[in-house]
Amino acid sequence: MRVALFVTCLVDLMRPRIGFAAIELLEAADCEVIVPAAQTCCGQPAWNSGDRAAAAKLAKKVIAEFEGHEYVVAPSGSCADHIRTEYPVILADEPDWYARAVALGSRVYELTDFLVNVAKLVSVPGNFAGRITYHDSCTGLRSLGIKAQPRALLAKLSGVDLQEMNGAEECCGFGGTFSVKFGEVSAAIAERKCNNACATGASAIVGGDLGCLLNIEGKLRRMGDTQTRVMHIAEVLAAKE
Amino acid sequence: MESRARRFKSNSEAALANPVLQGNMRTAKGKFVDKRAISIKEIDDFEGTREAAKALRNRVIENLDLWLEKFEEIATARGATVLWAKDGAEICRHVVDIGKQHGIKKAVKSKSMLSEEAGLNLALEAAGIQPVETDLGEYILQINNNEPPSHIIAPVVHKGLDEVADLFHKVHKTPRKTEIPALTREAREVLREHFLTAEMGISGGNFLVAETGSVALVTNEGNGRMVTTLPRVHVVITGIEKVIPTLEDLSTLMRLLPRSATGQSISNYVSVLTGTKAAGDLDGPEHLYFILVDNGRADVVGSEFQDMLRCIRCGACMNHCPVYQTIGGHAYGWVYPGPMGSVLTPLYTGIENAIDLPHAATLCNQCGVVCPVKIPLPELLRKLREKQVEKNLRPWFERVAFRLWAWVASCPTLYGIGTWFAVRYLKWLAGGNQTIPILGAAPEWTRGRDFPAPEGKTFRELYAGRKS
Repeated sequence: MRVALFVTCLVDLMRPRIGFAAIELLEAADCEVIVPAAQTCCGQPAWNSGDRAAAAKLAKKVIAEFEGHEYVVAPSGSCADHIRTEYPVILADEPDWYARAVALGSRVYELTDFLVNVAKLVSVPGNFAGRITYHDSCTGLRSLGIKAQPRALLAKLSGVDLQEMNGAEECCGFGGTFSVKFGEVSAAIAERKCNNACATGASAIVGGDLGCLLNIEGKLRRMGDTQTRVMHIAEVLAAKE
Repeated sequence: MESRARRFKSNSEAALANPVLQGNMRTAKGKFVDKRAISIKEIDDFEGTREAAKALRNRVIENLDLWLEKFEEIATARGATVLWAKDGAEICRHVVDIGKQHGIKKAVKSKSMLSEEAGLNLALEAAGIQPVETDLGEYILQINNNEPPSHIIAPVVHKGLDEVADLFHKVHKTPRKTEIPALTREAREVLREHFLTAEMGISGGNFLVAETGSVALVTNEGNGRMVTTLPRVHVVITGIEKVIPTLEDLSTLMRLLPRSATGQSISNYVSVLTGTKAAGDLDGPEHLYFILVDNGRADVVGSEFQDMLRCIRCGACMNHCPVYQTIGGHAYGWVYPGPMGSVLTPLYTGIENAIDLPHAATLCNQCGVVCPVKIPLPELLRKLREKQVEKNLRPWFERVAFRLWAWVASCPTLYGIGTWFAVRYLKWLAGGNQTIPILGAAPEWTRGRDFPAPEGKTFRELYAGRKS
């Protein structure tokens, strides 16, 4: 299987190791991974801020770059959903682009969904051990149905003790531009998430979307917690510790 | 009601800084959510029922004029008078005129959000008619200097027991009570006198049933029955979108409304009221008026926001909203809070008058998932954001920033250079620490949390290095 990795702009800038972990996991599932070099951002911030022109411009760029590939995989439910679900909406008025958006959308997957349901990964390369708790990011959960997939993959690590937190499906307060428009409200919601997560006694809070993870990590550190790790699911599955 | 939605940001920060409110919101959170989750399991096909409700509400909205005419015809034949109000001022004029015509001195009210839209209580007082709120929550707010409600079905959810105890002690001049049954008994005693002496009852209407010309009222306290049966005049005030074709449709919606709202299988009282008191009837009003209100609704019909008119005012969207749960309803500044309010307030009071509200959501879609009539609330919020951009209502720096960012992101080389510098700048700011405590480029982010430090190089440069 040939898979094009959509790295996402946040992973590119903030956590390259998530991108490399994703490559390792895809290769462990016998995929040939291609990383289109000119990729930047899916355009979601523009679309969610009401800037249709900017969103359409970036949507076309992503479509042109990725439509030649058999599968496209992103280590983010939110970016994968944006390409899959929103591109056809953004380009609804341009029939040619709309058709290309729909054709690409059906081949775009969130990483854990792809590993479990398409590539059918048998065993994970990592050896992470310890108690963790999993935060279900909103768009992946409610739009793409990402819930069982990360847990099925974590179950392949014999040393992982997954303790579900209260309100695992509740928003962490990130919300993209919401976090920089209403910082105090956003951080107050994040505090609830951190308290619920820490109450499990987990040594790592794990999730599938870097935006949420940066929000949670930033709040934890501000709360004075320097110990609890905040990790992307790809990092956990590929970690050799 | 005058909108304070323009001040959402400062309102929300004040809400966060109010420890009493924060404590009360923490207590309230979860009650509605858990009860709803349990009660919807009683329905074999909850999703199918939601679909049916969505379809029937869509059918009505698509032919709203026809169903309203049908309702008017049948309600009139049953002895009611149907009046139309373009806006809040016209609601007030109608009610005051009815009051004068019938020589009304006192009006008892059950819950009506439309009367909040109109600011009806102040208008009645000015006209010499004493309005008395009889829903317990609304009564508490009225005696607290006409405080606005913070929730559409639990108007006083932001208040704690202590505050109510203090208020009753102060206003009723009775010994301070701290037991809920004692407080409700005290309110009952005060209100009973008003029920018996009021000449007019004012209610909202959860639904208008076109085939019978009836109003359906869904309540829990019994005050609705007093208001609609004891006084000789009953005035129903409700929005034009509340009409439904048949009693069969009412039964479909009633499977969803109480469960979505309070997690009850059925509310304590469901009243279907039709016509005036007939010969031989033991009770009921001699005069029945319907005031059917537009106040912005007609403009939404046929627009890209039409889905919003399906709303049956259950409050599930706000009960499940992480933002509402954190700041409460007053911060939203007008009658309707939470996700539905963030759509309705700009639509009914002007997009330019509620700039923050469509952005006051994380788009987590918890609201869309629980909405009993499947209103795509996050999509509508996003469309309102798009309208703001189209109308040039966004701050200039935000518009410039997005244009610049989109341009850079569409030029891979430039993007690579930009991120190369950005990641090093952030790393330098962190100075070897895990996080950055103050970030000048995103000051709002670091007001309540740190900004995690980047690894130090971009993926694209590391990947290029690995390949070579």
